[in-house]
Amino acid sequence: MLCDSCRERDAVVHLTTIEDNAVHQLHLCERCAADRGVETTVATPKHPLGEFLTAHQQTTSVSDGVRCTFCNTTMADFRATGLWGCARCYTNFEAGIRELLRRVHGNHRHVGRSYRPPMSETLERAAVLGELKDRLRRAVESEQFELAADLRDRIRVLE
Amino acid sequence: MTVDLSLLPDGGVGWLDASGPHSDIVLSTRIRLARNVEGYAFTRRARDGERLRVLSQVREAVSSVSSLQQAVMYRLDELPPTARALLHERHLVSKELAGLDSQHPLRSGAAVFLADGLGVMVNEEDHLRLQALRSGFSLQEAFAAIDKLDRDLGSRVPYSFHNEFGFLTACPTNVGTGMRGSVLIHLPGLVLTKEIGKVLASLQQMGLTYRGLYGEGSEVVGNFFQISNQTTLGRSEEELLDQLLRVVGHVVEREAEARRVLLRDAGYIIEDKLWRAYGTLRYARSLTFDEAMNYLSGVRLAVGLKLISSLSVYTLNKLLIFSQAAHLAYAEGRGLTESETNLSRARYVRKALEEEAGSVG
Repeated sequence: MLCDSCRERDAVVHLTTIEDNAVHQLHLCERCAADRGVETTVATPKHPLGEFLTAHQQTTSVSDGVRCTFCNTTMADFRATGLWGCARCYTNFEAGIRELLRRVHGNHRHVGRSYRPPMSETLERAAVLGELKDRLRRAVESEQFELAADLRDRIRVLE
Repeated sequence: MTVDLSLLPDGGVGWLDASGPHSDIVLSTRIRLARNVEGYAFTRRARDGERLRVLSQVREAVSSVSSLQQAVMYRLDELPPTARALLHERHLVSKELAGLDSQHPLRSGAAVFLADGLGVMVNEEDHLRLQALRSGFSLQEAFAAIDKLDRDLGSRVPYSFHNEFGFLTACPTNVGTGMRGSVLIHLPGLVLTKEIGKVLASLQQMGLTYRGLYGEGSEVVGNFFQISNQTTLGRSEEELLDQLLRVVGHVVEREAEARRVLLRDAGYIIEDKLWRAYGTLRYARSLTFDEAMNYLSGVRLAVGLKLISSLSVYTLNKLLIFSQAAHLAYAEGRGLTESETNLSRARYVRKALEEEAGSVG
C-alpha cells in the first residue's frame, strides 16, 4: 500500500482519526507520519521539545547573540533549558517561536478562550494593597505597633 | 514549624472518597491551567524580590475570589522538608514547587492556596498553576470549577496573553490554553491481557500522552496511568476536553471488557493471584513502596471484580496516599530510615485491612 500523503513510499503507519463523528483512515509512510507528528513507537512518550532542541543544539545561528530586551534571555539559554525567560521573549523571538510551536503542537494559533487583562488602576491598587498587607504582617510579627497602626490606616483608605 | 493539615477541610484529599463516576477504574480527574502574571520575568528567571511581589499580588487577589474564600495558604519556603513532602504526596503541590526536585532547589515565594478540590500554586515553573481535582472520571465538573476560578482570578491579576499564541508560559509545550487535563486511571485488566501496548499506542495517535502516578518523568507503578492531552495550542479548551473525554471513555470500556475476559477465561488463576496479593498485604512485615503499589493494584482489581466484597475503594485510595514515606514518618512522629519505612508501611497496611476484614471472602 502506498502512502496517502506522498504516494511514493510504502505506508507503514495506519492512522485512525475521528472527526465530527466520522472515522478516517490514513495510511502513511514513516517520513510523512513523522512530518505530521505521529509517533510510531510506544515504549516511552518522548518529550515533544526533545527532538527540536537536539536538532537545534547542533546548529548555531546568527541570532544567537540576540537578547530579550526584558529578561536578557538568549536563544542559547532557551536551547539549554527549554524555557523562555518572560512573556516578552515571545515577541522578541517571534519568528523562531512560531516555527517551534508548529513543531510542538502542529499549530501556532491559539483558538481557545480569549483574554483581556483588567484595567491598570485596579491592578496598581491591588499591588500596593498586597505590599502593604505584607509589611503589616511583618510589622506585627516584629512588634512594631506604631508602624503597624500606620499601615493599617493606609490599607483602610485604599480598601 | 510543621504543616497543619487539619486546616484543610478534607485534608486536601476529598477525591479519595471514590464518589465520582467510574471510580472503580478512574481514581481522579485533574485539570490544571498554567498562567503568568504580566510585568515579571517567569519564575526561574525572576529574582527573589520579583517572586515575592508576584506572591503578594496573587494573595491580595485571592482574598476576593469567591471560590477561594476558605482557602488555606502554605508558604513552601517556610516549611521543613517533611511537611513539603507531605503536601507533595497528597498531590497538592508539584515536586518542583516543594523543592524536592534535586534540579530545582526550593525558591523564595513558593506557595500554594488550597480550598475544597481547588489549588493555586504560586511560583512554580509558571507564576500560577491553577488546578481542580475531582473524584472519578469528572472532566466537565473539574473544568467548570477551574474555568470559574481562572476568570475570577484573571480579572484581578493581569495574565500574560498574546493574541496569536494565547496564554504565555515558560515552557512552549504549555502555551495556548495552558490547559492539561489528566485522568488517573487503573488498568490492570489491559496489562494482564497484554492489550495495554495497543491502547497506549492509540493514545499517542490521538494526541494524548501518559505518565506515572506523579506526573511528568515518573514511572508507571501499580498499573496506574495518568492520561492527559499532549498539546495545548491550536484547539480550544472544549475540543481538548472533548477529545480526552471520548478517548478515556473508550479506555474505560476496554478495561471493563478486559476484566470480563479475564474472569471468563482465566477465572481461578486470576482469583488465586489476587487473593495472594491480598494475603501478602494482610500479613507481610515489610513492604517497599513498589511492592505495596503492585499488591494494592491486585486487591483493587479484586474489589472491582467483586471477588473481595467488604473492602471499599475509599480504603484502597487512602492506602495509596497514607502508605507513602512522608505520611508514615508523619504518623510515627519521627524521621524513618528506609527499612523502618518498609516496616511501618506493612504495619499500616495490615492494620487498615484488619479493620475492614470482618467479612472478607
